[in-house]
Amino acid sequence: MAVGKVTFSKAEREKLAEVLWLLNWISVVTGVTLFALGLFLKVEIQKWAEVMSEQGTLYVPHMLITTGLAACCINYLGGKICLDCADTNKFLRWKLVMMPYIICTFFFTSCVLAGALMCYSIRSQLEESLFLGLRNAMRYYKDTDTPGRCYLKRTVDMLQIQFQCCGNTGYRDWFQIQWISTRYLDMTSSAVVDRLRSNVEGQYLMDGVPFSCCSTFSPRPCIQQQLSNRTAHIHYDQQSQQQNLWRRGCRQALLDHYTGIMESIGLTVLLIWLFELLVLTGVRYLQTAMENVLRLGDPDLESDGWILENSLAEMARSNFNIIKNLGKCYQVDDDPNINIPTAAAEREVSSRQVQVPVTG
Amino acid sequence: MAVLKVKFTKTKRDKLAQVLWILNWISVVTGAILFSLGLFLKVEINKRGELMAERDIQYVPNMLIAVGLIACAINFLGGKICYDCVDTTKFLRWKLIMLPYIICTFFFTFCVLVGALMCYSMRGELEESLNLGLTDAIRFYKDTDTPGRCFLKRTVDLLQIHFQCCGNNGYRDWFQIQWISNRYLDMSEKEVIDRLRSNVEGKYLMDGVPFSCCNINSPRPCIQQQITNNSAHFNYEHQTEELNLWMKGCRQALLEYYTHIMQSIGLAVLITWLFELSVLTGVRYLQTSLENVLRQGDPNSESDGWLLENSFMETARTNLNIIKSLGKNNHIHTSNNGDPNINVPSTSKAHYGPDNVPPKQITEGS
Repeated sequence: MAVGKVTFSKAEREKLAEVLWLLNWISVVTGVTLFALGLFLKVEIQKWAEVMSEQGTLYVPHMLITTGLAACCINYLGGKICLDCADTNKFLRWKLVMMPYIICTFFFTSCVLAGALMCYSIRSQLEESLFLGLRNAMRYYKDTDTPGRCYLKRTVDMLQIQFQCCGNTGYRDWFQIQWISTRYLDMTSSAVVDRLRSNVEGQYLMDGVPFSCCSTFSPRPCIQQQLSNRTAHIHYDQQSQQQNLWRRGCRQALLDHYTGIMESIGLTVLLIWLFELLVLTGVRYLQTAMENVLRLGDPDLESDGWILENSLAEMARSNFNIIKNLGKCYQVDDDPNINIPTAAAEREVSSRQVQVPVTG
Repeated sequence: MAVLKVKFTKTKRDKLAQVLWILNWISVVTGAILFSLGLFLKVEINKRGELMAERDIQYVPNMLIAVGLIACAINFLGGKICYDCVDTTKFLRWKLIMLPYIICTFFFTFCVLVGALMCYSMRGELEESLNLGLTDAIRFYKDTDTPGRCFLKRTVDLLQIHFQCCGNNGYRDWFQIQWISNRYLDMSEKEVIDRLRSNVEGKYLMDGVPFSCCNINSPRPCIQQQITNNSAHFNYEHQTEELNLWMKGCRQALLEYYTHIMQSIGLAVLITWLFELSVLTGVRYLQTSLENVLRQGDPNSESDGWLLENSFMETARTNLNIIKSLGKNNHIHTSNNGDPNINVPSTSKAHYGPDNVPPKQITEGS
């Protein structure tokens, strides 16, 4: 009735212990890889943290970092245990630790799986964060004299140059905000004053974009001003317009960049999870095989190893009963109102019963 | 009289052979590193090949690549030789090859040193090449419709953005050439025609720069047109404005970049050269000590190892004599066979008739 029962001879047990020792050390290396991947993702997110609104996306790299460190410790301990398991005497040292160790590792492995799935699920939260962050970044582009926002202009320019993008969704986003500070506007000029008065909020809006939106692929010098006015520039046809500025929005560009990174990381973490599961299964077989050998008495005999002693349903039931009994013990001791007949009252009842037939 | 004589016991010889085997394999790795450094330099130079005029600078990476490959081959052979040198019987196989091998390696090590020095001396030619190349690149910036120059605009823009530089010596280089093509100038506008007429060559010159010269550190939006005209922009003084455009010239920026690369490579090659020299010295000691052991007959006895058997002057003199006698042998042969006019007295005895009596000297008066 055991789940996944396999018989192990002595030589097979020793071989299993050696192989598991090696696999545990490989798992330490994969744990370091996990840690490094988490660190890499954290650095990448921090690089463009100024254009993201909240930092809620940082829980993914933090999860990966802690899981990687935990993997190193757990697998290091597992390596030591498996090395000792080849010898039945040394196994006695670890006998009591092994069951808790396996349970811990099982929960830890599910954390690794959670980490992998998180990498894939973060996309929508990232998109929202980028949308708000980029909108604010563009709004504060001109505030190079405000503490805390001095370098936002530089960050946005570098972003647009490096990722070959312009604006949030497209270059027209720049038409809707004032990106030239009033410090650099000549307030005595009538053109400037007219433009400031032409809209409700008194902002200097224009159909122009910063220089970082210029495409390096364009055959003609960059046109940054009067983009909506076709007649302002000679031979400004459809093709010239297409090639003049970067067409993609920066939100889409950054989203693609981060999605690519996180899909690769997620795949690697999934592979690591499968490997850890394999190692855990091997350790479980080794533990049960060694315990059965000790029960039989002779270290050179064959023994059975399994994953679960009974079927899954029975296991769940017995564990549930254990937990219920734990609960029941506490209940009986505490409640004083339950009517429990004592031994003295019983004797009184029986003596009254004896008296009645004598008088009648 | 030997130069740097050292005594070697049998165990010392064996230890030396083993150590030299490991060092030779490390030298193979350093040869591979040398090869990859040469390849890296070649790729970096070709990346910006459009901006350099002549290509005389290609000899430096080519030299490094060749030297790296030869180092791998020579040290691989050296490793095999040193591995066999532990056993005196196996050494007999290599005995005749070892001296030529050592001489070859000596000349090769000299090539490595030349390669290292070349890295430091390349700077002057590189500067000249960059100067001419950048001048042409800026002049052909506008020719995006001419085959062969279509991508020069993109190359120059990417260069200025990436290296944070503008123009050849500075941004004023852009004022002296026409960087906007006539295709994009409105010839019907009076202002354009005036500007074209205002200079001898009929070029559209302006005090403006392309967008790639814009400095991302500037607190204000980039001023690209009418740079020298203070009144055209509010609150702007171009003499004191340093953050608006990139101030460094691209020739200076590229020169610094390549000089930095070549100094690092030159240092690595010098260290490789010192290492190769020490390996060569070890192999020479091993060769001389093994030959002396063979001369003595007993493979287990002590023997001497040296760099040169006699002092340096004597070795040079003997080698020169060998070369001279080689030349003289040739000379004597040709004069015997070629020149009939040399009076060479024959060695055969004169035969004076059947009784072999020399003729009497005829004296006067008898």
